[in-house]
Amino acid sequence: MDLLELFQYILQNLINALQRGSFYAVISIGYSMVYGVLMLFNFAHGDIFMVGTYIGFAIATLFLALFSSFLPGWIIFIGTVVITMFLASWIGVFVEVAGYRPLRAAPRASAAITGLMIGIIFETGILIMLGAKRLSFPPLMESVAYKVGGIYFTNVKVMIIIISLLLMLVLHTFIQKTKWGMAMRAMSYDFLAVPLMGVSINIIAPLTFAVGAGLASVAGILYGQAYPILDPYMGVLIGWKAFVAAILGGRGSIKGAAMAGYLLGFIEIFVAIIFPSTLRDLIAYSIVLLILTYRPRGFFGMEHSTKLRL
Amino acid sequence: MEFVEKFKRMFSNVPMLGWLLGALTAVLIEYFFGYDYISYILQLPKIPVLFGTLIMLKEPMMIPSALAYDLIVYVLPILLVAKATAFATNPVAMLLEKIPLILSVILHLALFYLVLHVWAEINDYRELIVRLTMICIILTISINVINGYQGEFSCSHPGFMALGAYTCSILTLVLFVNDRMFGEALLPAWLGPWIFPFTLIAGGIVAALGSLLVAIPSFRTRGDYLAIISLAFLFIVKSAVENLQIIGGSRGMGGQPEYATLPVIFIWTILCIWIIHNFVTSIMGKALNAVRDDEAAAESMTVATRKTKMTAFMFGAFWAGIAGGLFAHVLSYINPGTFSINRLAEILAMVYFGGLNSIIGSIVGAVTINVLGEALRPLELFKWIIIPLILIFVMIFRPYGLISFKEINAKKLLRAKYKREQGA
Repeated sequence: MDLLELFQYILQNLINALQRGSFYAVISIGYSMVYGVLMLFNFAHGDIFMVGTYIGFAIATLFLALFSSFLPGWIIFIGTVVITMFLASWIGVFVEVAGYRPLRAAPRASAAITGLMIGIIFETGILIMLGAKRLSFPPLMESVAYKVGGIYFTNVKVMIIIISLLLMLVLHTFIQKTKWGMAMRAMSYDFLAVPLMGVSINIIAPLTFAVGAGLASVAGILYGQAYPILDPYMGVLIGWKAFVAAILGGRGSIKGAAMAGYLLGFIEIFVAIIFPSTLRDLIAYSIVLLILTYRPRGFFGMEHSTKLRL
Repeated sequence: MEFVEKFKRMFSNVPMLGWLLGALTAVLIEYFFGYDYISYILQLPKIPVLFGTLIMLKEPMMIPSALAYDLIVYVLPILLVAKATAFATNPVAMLLEKIPLILSVILHLALFYLVLHVWAEINDYRELIVRLTMICIILTISINVINGYQGEFSCSHPGFMALGAYTCSILTLVLFVNDRMFGEALLPAWLGPWIFPFTLIAGGIVAALGSLLVAIPSFRTRGDYLAIISLAFLFIVKSAVENLQIIGGSRGMGGQPEYATLPVIFIWTILCIWIIHNFVTSIMGKALNAVRDDEAAAESMTVATRKTKMTAFMFGAFWAGIAGGLFAHVLSYINPGTFSINRLAEILAMVYFGGLNSIIGSIVGAVTINVLGEALRPLELFKWIIIPLILIFVMIFRPYGLISFKEINAKKLLRAKYKREQGA
C-alpha cells in the first residue's frame, strides 16, 4: 500500500468516525447539560434517545405518506425534525417531573436508580405497544454515493455530520446568547445561589431536560438514516457510551462532551481498523480508563465537588 | 390498624424458635399432604409453587383456591403452632440464651435450613429460585460494602462476578470434568465437591485482584468518574472474555458439574453474611464509613484512606467472585452476555431497594426483587413495568432504600419473649 492509498484509507475512516462520533457527541451533550444544572446524570437519556427515534419514525412515516406526493424531500425532512424535537422534548420534561423532581433532596444514587428504572419502563412500554417486530426507519432522502479523490461517501453521511455540527452551533448560541441559556450557565456555576436570584430550578431543569431530549431525538432520526433498524433496546448501549463520553469530556462541560463524543467515535473506528473488530470495546475502554487515570476530571471538568449536593 | 396492634400483641410472646417451628410444621404439612389432599380438595392442578401467585395471575378463577391453600398450608399452621408452642419454646429460648450466641445462632440456622430444604424439596423450580436468590443475597451484600459502606457508585460488579465465575469454572472443568475444551480430568470426580470451595476461593481471589484496576484509580477520584472507570472495567472484562476463544469466547462455557447444591450455597451465604457483618462492624468498617462521609477529615484522623478503599474494593469483589462461581455451578453454563449491563441494573436495583449500609436491608432487597421477579412472571412484559415502578416509589419515599443504616442484633432477635410479656 503506498502512501496515497494509506492517506485515502485514513480519510475514508475519518468520515466514518465523524459520523459515529456525531451520534455520541449529540447524545452526550444531553447528559452534560443535565449535569450542569442538577449535578446528576440522567440515566434515562439513552432511552429518551430511543423513544425519540420511535417518535421520529412515526412522524416520518406519517409525513411521507401524506406529503411525499407534492412536497420536496427537504421540507419533509425539516418538518419531521422540528415536530419530533417538539414532541420528544415533552418526554424529557416528563422524566424530569416524574423521576427527578421528587428526588431533589435525595442522594445522587437514588436519582440514578430512578433514571435507570424509567429507562426500563420506556423500553418495556415500547415493546408492549409495538411488539417485538423490528421496524425499519424510512429513508428521508435518497442515498447518493459520491467519490472524491478516491474516497467514497454518501450524502446521508455528510448530512449527518453537518446537521450534528449545526445543532451544536445552535445550542451554543442558545446557551451563550439567550436569557434561558444564561440561567442554565448560572445554575451550573452555583447550584445554591441562583435560585435565590429568582431563577427557579423548577423551570430551568425541565427546560434542560427538554433541550437534551430534543437533541437526542434528532440524533435518533439521523441514526435511523444511518442504521435503519429500530429496536427498543437500541438506546441502552449507545446511551452508556455517550455517558462515558460525557464523563470523559468533564462533567457539566458541553464543549467537553461534544469533543469526547467525537473522540470516542474516532477511538472505536480506528481501533477496529488496526486490531480485530471484536477487540474494539476492550481497547476503546482501556484507553478511556487510561485517560481517566491520568486526568480524573476529564478534559474540561469543573472544579466544584459533588459535596454540594449531598 | 387496631386489628394489627391486637394481632401483634397476641403474638408478641412468640420467640424466633416458635416461628421456625411453625414454619417447619407448615412445610411438613405441605410436603406430606400438600399434593394428595389439600391441592386435590381445592382443585388446584398441583402444589402452588410460589404461594400461588403464579396460578393467581394466570387464571383469576383460581384465586380463591390458591388463597385458601395459602391459608390452610402456611398461615394457619404457622400462627397456631407458633402460639401453641410458646409455652415450650420460651423456656428453651431462655436456655439457649445461656449458651454462647454462636451456638444458638447455628441451631436456629439449622432449623431454618431444614424449613428451606423441605420447602424447596417439593419441586426443582422452587429449589432453583432459592439457590439463585441466595446467590443474589451474596452479590447484594458484597456490592453494599462498596456502594453502601464505602459510598462509591461502583458499576463493575458483574465484571467481578464474571472473573470469579470463569476462574472457578475453568478450574473445576480442568480438574474434574472430561470435556472438549480442556481435555481429560486431572483428578477423580469424587474429589470435586471437596475441592470446590477452594476453586471458589480462587475465583474470589482473581476477582479481588481484578478489582485493583478499579480500586487504584479510586485513590485519585470518586463519584461519577469512578462510576465510569468501573463501567469501563465492566466493558473491558466482558469484551476480554468474548475474545478469549480458549474459554469459549462469546459462545460461553458449559458443562460445569452441579456442585452448588442447596446446602453448599446456604453455607456460603451464611459465611458471607457473617464475615461481611464482622468486617463492617470492625475498625476497618468504621474506616469505610469515615471515608464515605468525609475523605479529608478521615485522612486527618489517621485513617489510611488508600488502604481502606483498596480493602473495600477487594473484599466486595472477592465475594462477588464467589457468587459468580456459585452461579456458574448452578446453571452449568455461563457466557459473557450473562454479565452485562442488565445484570448490573438488577444488582443495583436490589441493593438500592433494600437499603444502603445495612446487611439486613441487602437481604430484604435481594429476596424481594428476586421473588417478585419470579412471582410476576405470568405477567410477562408487564413485570418490567411493575418492578421499576415499585423501585421508583421506594426511591421517592425512602431515598436510601427500605431498611438503610440499620442492623439487626442476633441476640435480640433470638431471645425469649417471655420476660417482655410479664413486664407488660
